[in-house]
Amino acid sequence: MLRDITLGQYYQEDSVIHRLDPRVKLVGTVFFMISLFMFNNLIGYGLAALFLFGTIKMSKVPFKFMVRGMKAIFLLLLITVFYNLFLTKGDILWQWGFLKLTKQGIETAVYMMIRLTLLIIGSSLMTLTTTPNQLTDGIESLLSPLKIFKVPVHEVAMMMSIALRFIPILMEETDKIMKAQIARGAEFESKNLFKKVKALVPLLVPLLISAFRRANDLALAMEARCYRGGDGRTKMKPLTYKKRDVVAYVVLLLYIVALIAVGIFTEGSLLKILGLVA
Amino acid sequence: MSMIKTKDLTFEYIRRDEEGNVEGITKAVDDVNLNIRQGEFITILGHNGSGKSTLAKHLNAILYPTEGTVWVDGKDTAEDEYLWDIRQSAGMVFQNPDNQIIGQVVEEDVGFGPENMGVPTKEIWERVEESLKAVGMYEYRKHSPNKLSGGQKQRVSIAGVIAMHPKCIILDEPTAMLDPKGRKEVIRAVRALNDVEKVTVILITHYMEEAIYSDRVFVMDAGRIVMQGTPQQVFSQVEQLKELRLDVPQATLLAYELKKAGLPLEDGILSKEGLVEALCRL
Repeated sequence: MLRDITLGQYYQEDSVIHRLDPRVKLVGTVFFMISLFMFNNLIGYGLAALFLFGTIKMSKVPFKFMVRGMKAIFLLLLITVFYNLFLTKGDILWQWGFLKLTKQGIETAVYMMIRLTLLIIGSSLMTLTTTPNQLTDGIESLLSPLKIFKVPVHEVAMMMSIALRFIPILMEETDKIMKAQIARGAEFESKNLFKKVKALVPLLVPLLISAFRRANDLALAMEARCYRGGDGRTKMKPLTYKKRDVVAYVVLLLYIVALIAVGIFTEGSLLKILGLVA
Repeated sequence: MSMIKTKDLTFEYIRRDEEGNVEGITKAVDDVNLNIRQGEFITILGHNGSGKSTLAKHLNAILYPTEGTVWVDGKDTAEDEYLWDIRQSAGMVFQNPDNQIIGQVVEEDVGFGPENMGVPTKEIWERVEESLKAVGMYEYRKHSPNKLSGGQKQRVSIAGVIAMHPKCIILDEPTAMLDPKGRKEVIRAVRALNDVEKVTVILITHYMEEAIYSDRVFVMDAGRIVMQGTPQQVFSQVEQLKELRLDVPQATLLAYELKKAGLPLEDGILSKEGLVEALCRL
């Protein structure tokens, strides 16, 4: 049933990674992503893969769920590999028209593929172990310094969480309207694309109207319960760092340090790693 | 002590046609005078369009009177500085349970009101626990509201209001979208609230059976209060209620018909049990 759909792709499990503060996971993911672009050699990738693999093991999420995330970007991955493989300048190994297979091309293509794979698995590990709710809380808390620049951080987070709450409700409504329209002779199954789009009008118009009505009702209900924006609001479940979060930050720091060390060892200088010197 | 008082309350809205031209003015609430005491259980009855929901929205400062004044707990609702005090002391439950639950988990939704009021975290948890227990939904605190029945959702909404520790709770047709079972659950929760916690309850409904437990009943028609009194007093006037297109509870109707047929029954029998008792005494 539509009500039972899980949002995002949260995987219910009781592990250390699941229990980590969402801020740690967000910061960790961002740093992991950056770390993937810091170097260009196999030892570095090996280290990143090892780090990721360790985290996956600790999260107890079956590996096939990680791969599921890969399916969505498979095409993108293919295009990137193809582009790098045939359009990189260098020592030509094989040529067909403007497509040149070069030694450098193969190298970049392989690196790019590893990089993207690790990137996707890394970020889906975060969404698999964090509920959408925690994620919103984490984002709100991490972005709160932006309030100085008048960025409406609380409001954006509130909108995100309301959207999450209403997605299943609106989906159920879509289902209801669809059935009502089918009962009155509407055809949604048409093969003809033009007809198909046209058939959506009697579905989308009532859905939109109902969404507006719901939004109005909800705003009223929120105001009746004294909602007046983020100022002066307390939290029922405030985010607080626990001991394990500190440990996680230390592990993250160690990982970054190790990577930089590997970089210095293989590439010679830190500046080169950071791409500041060619 | 007077919890809610209205004096000559009138609310008008301007009807417009599709081009926005004024078609006329409708008085949704017309010269209403109420005086509701602390701890009372009040029912406001009326068919659709009688102005009962518009009246309710005045008691929580969602709408402001065109004429007249509303005082909630001694504070004039038209004064902006009291707005949040008023909304905290007069909580409101709406008709559609789906459109008033904000949290994605039951306990988070109940905590929403206290969070807005700036209650410290530890106290929020205490309030959430106590209000969920008051409506009998404590076992469901970790559930998603989407998976609850209508009656359960409406009880969560009520808990969300109780957690704000209001002196008065206004329920605007809380049972209109529920099945009979859900309706019973909600009314039971509301009665318990009034009996145990001594919260003033203003129940707006068009189901007569829900009115029989209240201390006083007001019947509205075309924006005016046309009948008022105890349930016995109101329901004994069967002819007038029928004129107002309201259904009298079945037991009352039967008692009324029996009396008309010549049986010496007293006026204002409200429940099946009451009727049985009265008949046995004959």
